[in-house]
This record gives sequence, C-alpha cells and structure tokens, in this order.
Amino acid sequence: MRAEEGQKRRLMKQAFEARRRFRARHRTYRGETSPLKHVGVPEGLYEKCKRCGERFVKDDILENKMVCPSCDSHFRLRAIDRLNMTVDEGTFIEKGLGYISLNPLFQEDYEQKLAENRERTGADEAFIYGYGEIKGIPCVLGVLDSHFMMGSMGSVVGEKVVKSVEYALVRRLPLVLFIASGGARMQEGIYSLMQMAKTAGAIQKLNQQDLLYISILTHPTTGGVSASFASLGDIILAEPEALIGFAGPRVIKQTIKQELPEGFQSAEFLLEKGMLDKIVHRHAMKDTLYRLLYLHEKGARL
Amino acid sequence: MDILEKEKRLDALEEKLAQLEDDSAIQDLRIEIEDYKRQTMQNLTAWDRVLLARHKRRPTARDVIDNVFNTFVELHGDRLYADDKAVIGGIAEIEHQVVTVIGEQKGRNTEENIERNFGMPHPEGYRKARRLMRQAAKFKRPIVTLIDTPGAFPGIGAESRGQSHAIAENLYEMSNLGVPIISLVIGEGGSGGALAIGVANQLYMLENSIFSILSPEGYASILWKDASLAEQAAEVMKLTSYDLREFDLLEGILEEPAGGFQRDPKPVYRDIRTTLVQSLAHLSQKSPFEIKTGRYAKYRNMGFFQRFNYENLKGMV
Repeated sequence: MRAEEGQKRRLMKQAFEARRRFRARHRTYRGETSPLKHVGVPEGLYEKCKRCGERFVKDDILENKMVCPSCDSHFRLRAIDRLNMTVDEGTFIEKGLGYISLNPLFQEDYEQKLAENRERTGADEAFIYGYGEIKGIPCVLGVLDSHFMMGSMGSVVGEKVVKSVEYALVRRLPLVLFIASGGARMQEGIYSLMQMAKTAGAIQKLNQQDLLYISILTHPTTGGVSASFASLGDIILAEPEALIGFAGPRVIKQTIKQELPEGFQSAEFLLEKGMLDKIVHRHAMKDTLYRLLYLHEKGARL
Repeated sequence: MDILEKEKRLDALEEKLAQLEDDSAIQDLRIEIEDYKRQTMQNLTAWDRVLLARHKRRPTARDVIDNVFNTFVELHGDRLYADDKAVIGGIAEIEHQVVTVIGEQKGRNTEENIERNFGMPHPEGYRKARRLMRQAAKFKRPIVTLIDTPGAFPGIGAESRGQSHAIAENLYEMSNLGVPIISLVIGEGGSGGALAIGVANQLYMLENSIFSILSPEGYASILWKDASLAEQAAEVMKLTSYDLREFDLLEGILEEPAGGFQRDPKPVYRDIRTTLVQSLAHLSQKSPFEIKTGRYAKYRNMGFFQRFNYENLKGMV
C-alpha cells in the first residue's frame, strides 16, 4: 500500500515537472526566453574547438551556427539551436508533449539518469517535433538531440517519431528529421529494439501516402536509429564529417582486429559509397531544405 | 557451476551407461541420471540460457529446416553483390503448404563457422532475404524465418555496402508484406541483425533461446566498462523467452528437453512442426489487408512509457 502511494507521488512529481517544462516552453515559442538550454558546452565564456584547439568567444560561435570559424568543423547542436537555425522565427509549434520514459526493465540508475538529463537539457526526451515553416513552406520538423542520453531511441523516442509521422500524414505535410543518435537505448532492452520495426513501419505509411521525408544525418548517427528510420529518407542529407554507420568504430576495430582506414564511416565516405544524396554545410542547410521542399511543392501542384 | 559444466558431468554419466552390461546397474544409473537432470537442469539462470543458446552442438537453421519441412530447395544470391552464406533461404513444403523459409545460419564446426561467418550476415545477406520475401509475396507464399545470429557483422565491407540501410530496408519491407510472416528464434536473437528478418505476425521462441538488444558482453562493456561482467548483464537485460513472454511480445514458447535443444532435438522438431502448421492455418484465414494492418498495429503498440495529459492537471500546478 505504501509502495503504491510512493509510486503515485513519484508520478505526480514527474507530472508537475513536465507541466513546468511545458509552460516554460510555450513562452519560448512566443518569442520569449527558452527553457531548452542553449549551446552544447559547459559553463564559461569561451569554447574550444575539439579539432583545431582554438578558443573562441561562445557568442561568436553561436553566431556562426556552432561551426568553428577557423577549421570549419561542425559542433554538436542542442535541439533548440537546431530549431532556431532551421525554422522561420515564431512559426514552430511543438507537438507531442508530456511523454515520459518509464523503467521497463527496472534498471538501477536509469530513472535518475533520465531526471538528470531532463534537468540538464530542459527537454522531456531526446526527440522533439512539431509544426514549423522553412522560408514560408510548412512542414513537420523533428530533432533528435544527442545531448539527451546520446539521442538514444527508447520507447518514448520511438513513439514520438511515429507520432511525428502520423501528424505529417494527417496534415499532409513533408517530414524533415534531424538525426543525431548513438542508437537504441540499452536501458530499455527489447522495447528499444522493437522501436526500430515500429518507426520503419511508420515511414512505410508515409511512403504509401506519397509524402516527402527528408532525413538529415548529423554527428553521430549509428546503431538502431541509423538502421531504421534514419536510413529510409526519400532524400538523405548529411552534415560534413558526421560519423554515420551501423556499428561504432571501436566495435569494428575489436571485431576485425585491424586499423580502420582514415575517414571511415564519415559522411564523405558514405557519399562516395552511394549511401547519401548530398553533404550540406550547416550554413547552407536551411536554403537547401527550402529548395528541396519548394521543388516538391511545385511538383505536387502540376 | 554453469550449465556447460553440468552438461559435462551428464555426458560422463551417459557414457558410463553405454558401457554397462548388468541390467540392474543400468536401471540404477538411469535413475541417477534422471535425478541429476531434474535437480540441476531446471530453473536455469539467464546466463545458463545464454550459454545454451550459443551451444556449439545446438541445431542450426539448416538442421531445423531439414527436420521440420518436407522438401527444401535452397535459393542463393541478392542479385546485387554476392551470396551471403550466413543467411540461407528457399522454398519448402510443410503439410501441403508451400512456404518461403529464411534463416540465419551458424556453422556446426569451426571450419563451417568461418564459411558462415559465425551466423553474422553482411548487407548482401539481408538483401537476399528481402529478395526472397518479395518473391514470396508475389507467389502468395507465407514466410517462415528462423532467427539465430549474434548480430549483424560489424566490418569494413559491411559498413561500406550499407549495413544499416540494408537492415532498415528489411524492416520497411516486412511491415508492408501481404503474406503472413512467422518468426522463430532458435538460438541467439542479437539486436537489429535478428530483427531484420523478425518483423512477424507471430513470434515464437524456443525455451532456451535469447532475444536482446545487444550481447551481454556488449552491454557490460558499454554500461559498466567491463566485458567480463556479462553474466550479471544477462540477468538484468531480461533477454530470455520467459522475460519476453512477460512483456507480451511473444505468441508462444516452445519447450526444450532438460539440458537443452541439442540433447534431444526430435520432440522439439515435432513441436516446431505442429506450431507452424497451426499458426499457418490460423493466419491463412485472414486477408492480405488484415495480415498487413495486423502486423503494423502489433508493432505500433509496442513501447512502455507514460504520457501526462495536461488537461487533467489544470489547476493543480
């Protein structure tokens, strides 16, 4: 009895937290401050580029769309920054709020880890989606945030991806997904695995209704996410130098016991192997998306 | 003491039994063996089941096909790149019903295992499976898949030829086939590599098979940074047939004899046969549309999460 009450109280507490995030977020879309936290770096005024080692003032970097001004390497983005860069100001309406992961396998630490991640990123889960406009063209936008448990796909991410597809189906809008994920979420075990079949099936529905699906693979896209909805785009774009593959490089190295060639599993490598449509620099992303959406809209009218 | 050591002792007892000549001694030893089996081979731990699922004498997909189906004609190649020997497929007959069978094939010894790549398919294997499934749909043949793989192969060639794309395409294709798909996990069901032929209307598992998101070793090394903790990982990962039944992800479990499939495969083959015949009969009554939508609905509902309804919380926060 007491255990039940404890459970109830915990769920209520989660609900309150979710409500708080929900309210705070709605302020954002009306153009006020953001509850989703900016910038994927620790506190401090400066940010160091991991590749060339140079230090920059954080605001400058954000101004430059989180791309290193000296060596052009793309930093990982928070979902909110990605949305701000892609969607016309003030047009984004988030859908599918209030989904919270549970702990189906009763794993130690998992709930605590989720709570930490919710606190740190200000989001309910690793995937957010909603209605948005890109230079005036309406579409359904989804972003996987690699700052939330490596963007891994558990039951909630799977469900929300399917919901975003269903929303696109109902509104008959093109679907644009930005992907950054380490794969399926281990803590949810077999449920995470089944999300692969679930999301791939949903994309099949989209295909049957002749709707456009553009997936954009960013660093990193691996494992169960890359082996399901991420690889099924009508058009697959990628950011420069993003790591894209099924198995991670460490696992491959351990299995075949030899060094991997340079640039293996990078976006450039995959483009050469014919697995991508185009590599798009972050500065040109919005424009490219607009052009693709425009061309498809045009095609539909004829 | 894990199951393999127990099995060694059982083997020694059985060897002794074969050498005995005196009738009463044989009788005594038989009773001892039965007692030993009853005492030690039941209530297996998850790790025991992992070991049994990977047992080197465990019957492979080919053994199951040969013993369960009447005629089997194997078909090769993905028409794109190569023939992957880790995946076998073809047309077979079971009780006057023609089906397409696809299985992941491990080797029965080291030499065969190298040829079969330890049952770890490359993209060409999955593309072969997809080709055979499309063919099955064309000729209205139900599909039976036998899952037994540690996972999709992680290698340079596999990545270059689009391992994730091949798996994704299979999931995509299988969700839209108008013919029934029945999957049976006969050994290891490892991650996306297993699911890529396992999106089914009905999923069955042998008692001592496992189905998991990654190997216990992988889980231990990623979450606990120590691959040697695989035994503990197996316990917390919930990967046995009984766990999956509890999650309601299975249609049924096919029981194995004490000590595992490899000790006495005949009754298991019989069981597989009756189960397949029954579920084929059940599924063949449905229309292609029902088959398709039923399968999608089944996977659509898989997941374990909570959604808060903000309307209900109005005024409370």
